[in-house]
Amino acid sequence: MTVLSIEGLDARHGLLQAVRDVSFEVAEGETIALVGANGAGKTTLLRTIAGAHGPAAGRVVFDGSDVTRLRAYQRVRAGIALVPEGRRLFPELTVEENLLVAGAHAGPGPWSVSRVVEAFPLLEPLRKRRAASLSGGEQQATAIGRALMTNPRLLLVDEVSLGLAPVAVDAVYRSLATLIESGATIVLVEQDLARGMAVADRVICMLEGRIVLAGAADELTREEVTAAYFGLRSGQEAGA
Amino acid sequence: MSWANAVDKGILLGGFYALLACGLSLMFGVMRIINLAHGDLAVLGAFLVWTVVDHTDVSPFLAMVPVLGLMYGVGYGLQRGLLERSLRAGVLVPLLTTFGLAIVIQNLLLEIFSPDVRSLGGRAGAVTTASWRITGDLAISELGVLILAVAIVVLGGLHLFLAHVPAGRAMRATAQDVDTAELVGIDSRAVYARAAGIAVAVAALAGAFLAIRASFDPSSGPTQLIFAFEAVVIGGFGSLWGTLVGGMVLGVSQTIGAEIDPQYSVLAGHLVFLSVLAVRGRGILGAREAIA
Amino acid sequence: MTDRPVVQRWTGLSRGSTGGAVVLLAALAFVPIVLSANSTQKLTSLFVLVILAAMWNALAGYGGLVSVGQQAYIGLGAYGTIYLANHNVAPYPALLLATVFAGAVGLPVSYLVLRMRGGQFAIATWVVAEVFAIMVSLDKSLGAGTGTSLIELNRYTPDERRAYTYWLALGAMTFLLALLFVLLRSRLGASLQAIRDDEEAAASVGVRVMAGKRILYVVAALGCGAAGAITLSNTLFIQPGSIFGIQWTAYMIFMVLVGGLGTFEGPILGAIILFLVQDWFADRGVWYLVGLGLTAILFALLLPRGLWGALEERFSLRLLPVGYRVRGLPSRARAAEGDA
Repeated sequence: MTVLSIEGLDARHGLLQAVRDVSFEVAEGETIALVGANGAGKTTLLRTIAGAHGPAAGRVVFDGSDVTRLRAYQRVRAGIALVPEGRRLFPELTVEENLLVAGAHAGPGPWSVSRVVEAFPLLEPLRKRRAASLSGGEQQATAIGRALMTNPRLLLVDEVSLGLAPVAVDAVYRSLATLIESGATIVLVEQDLARGMAVADRVICMLEGRIVLAGAADELTREEVTAAYFGLRSGQEAGA
Repeated sequence: MSWANAVDKGILLGGFYALLACGLSLMFGVMRIINLAHGDLAVLGAFLVWTVVDHTDVSPFLAMVPVLGLMYGVGYGLQRGLLERSLRAGVLVPLLTTFGLAIVIQNLLLEIFSPDVRSLGGRAGAVTTASWRITGDLAISELGVLILAVAIVVLGGLHLFLAHVPAGRAMRATAQDVDTAELVGIDSRAVYARAAGIAVAVAALAGAFLAIRASFDPSSGPTQLIFAFEAVVIGGFGSLWGTLVGGMVLGVSQTIGAEIDPQYSVLAGHLVFLSVLAVRGRGILGAREAIA
Repeated sequence: MTDRPVVQRWTGLSRGSTGGAVVLLAALAFVPIVLSANSTQKLTSLFVLVILAAMWNALAGYGGLVSVGQQAYIGLGAYGTIYLANHNVAPYPALLLATVFAGAVGLPVSYLVLRMRGGQFAIATWVVAEVFAIMVSLDKSLGAGTGTSLIELNRYTPDERRAYTYWLALGAMTFLLALLFVLLRSRLGASLQAIRDDEEAAASVGVRVMAGKRILYVVAALGCGAAGAITLSNTLFIQPGSIFGIQWTAYMIFMVLVGGLGTFEGPILGAIILFLVQDWFADRGVWYLVGLGLTAILFALLLPRGLWGALEERFSLRLLPVGYRVRGLPSRARAAEGDA
């Protein structure tokens, strides 16, 4: 069944049109890799789905209901969770407090502080540490755990590996793999094409606010995706 | 000249200033709003307590209870109705709307209650004038100690609330990053409204104690605002316990100034304030953006 | 379509209105001769309001500095005059010197207050005003708390006094508005705009942020000093409580909010509106002030750009050419500009 349906979404970022007429669907249990160059509109798209950003036009339909008019916190309580770009942990709160704060209004579900720590064992010794003092990888684990605390039906992860050491990225993807196996519905933004395509069921590529390529991960070649990524489509001029 | 007495009076006065400043500090810490109507809201609280006492003849301490509840509602409504919009309109706007609000409150109070100076000290019982005599020179006012105790209880209560209660944690999270708070399911508008409610209720509490320990009239607001502000800034913007430190530094400055010459009391406070700003712009305990 | 884009400062409209303004100012010089004593005195207060509005707008609208303590300089201008007159300086020269004195005091004070921003800056300015007020009220030679007058003005007849005060006010207003106009058209104006938009970015491209703010602060001190001195001369009796009072800030905020923050013409419009409101409603006592406060709130929420700001936006109206316009952009560029 379709968990998320985006219809004709337009979003501005200041004076810039960041998302242009974007439509796609996400089925339950799917993992979608959203790829594209910087400025392609991926972050704005995710934020608009999560409700942190208001769309100029179009609809966001979640689990059959139109949530376009709902504020972000209402969407979270309905089951959409976003792990923001840059992690955005609450700096002066401890890891545990970051988790608790998100869990306070969670719907029913399996996630709790102890389950999160189980899923990300590196967090066990860090529970009482101020979030601002964590390393990038530790922050990413906390941020994903924090989103999970809300017991989401749909998990949006913006820039999974940005700013992380390869070792940390490996750890994050291991946890993501576990999540995916358990049937979670995930949309993740990933700069590293290989990783993204490896873990996803489908790939959506954006360029200058539009979707320029979409398809099953195992049917698309890296060359096709790369070409779409940079806007080099055969028979068309770049940037037109 | 009794310097010990002056310092002791100053410390107790500091307790009052801390109570007065607490709400201002909270609103700034959580919402980054400088509420220029804060002093007038405290005075409004004083007038409400006065009215209850006048009509029902109960002790001012008892009268405070319903007034606190009412003022919590006033703060909540103010935030949702007025300040929320002001925040969205721009950085300067809350300063301007709260300034306009201050003028409105002051003049409405003037219209309803007349410019007469009033006090509830007489109605509050023996505690107003009682003191413990320590030595020949040194006497400690019971009311002063009571107010300091209330201030510590309020600050301590707030600290515990922010540290251990889910709604308090949500408040800290929202204070640090309102955008992300929404993304983890926190209704930031409700959090802000609660903070404003608490801030205004505590302001009213301070106003009630102002009425008991001294006197008040519709135009007392700006003076209270300046003192509250000085306490917050001296102690350090955004630090709750800093408000207590700042209040005491201000109180002691004023009482020592008064020992030199009663006319210099307020001036001494101002000069200490300006010196602290000149030397350490962030205040004594100030530094971090977030509260607690 | 192939015109090269042209950057222009003066349009036909702004040429016309600047010319018109000059003619108006020249005509105003004849008021004491042509109109009644009452009108002369009223217009003098109007000019004072215009000066105050322009100064507060310069600070807040162009500099991003919300000061709630400009009354410090209003009081200094007035009491400075008293002080000089007590020391045998003739009244009108004393007024001028006191104005300069107020501006001069602004310089060291700026080193203290400009270290802060936002609400801290606002409260610091207020405390500075309170300190001046207290210091004056402790001084017996200045009349202490009960107030004082510029009795030296008695050497003139009331008509002469009103006329001289009027011309002084007209001259001060013209000079200060012209000074602001020149400053804002200069590099300072562009720097201030940059500072207002993003201070760090401005500093990173070499804009001298502190210098720009300091100039504004000192000019505002000068202007408010003039306003205070003229008010003394216009109303004869002053007290520390009122001449250093926070209500001056209330008026300034009202005028600038209603007229239009950050526009050049807005404060002038706001001053005219406040003047009219004061004239019509001042005898309503408390309700007049409540009305002012409510209006300020409403404007802040609903019409934050003020009346002039709203007009400017709707009709692209600029009477006085403080900004820049680009004419003659090729149409394709215009379309792309709208899109990007």
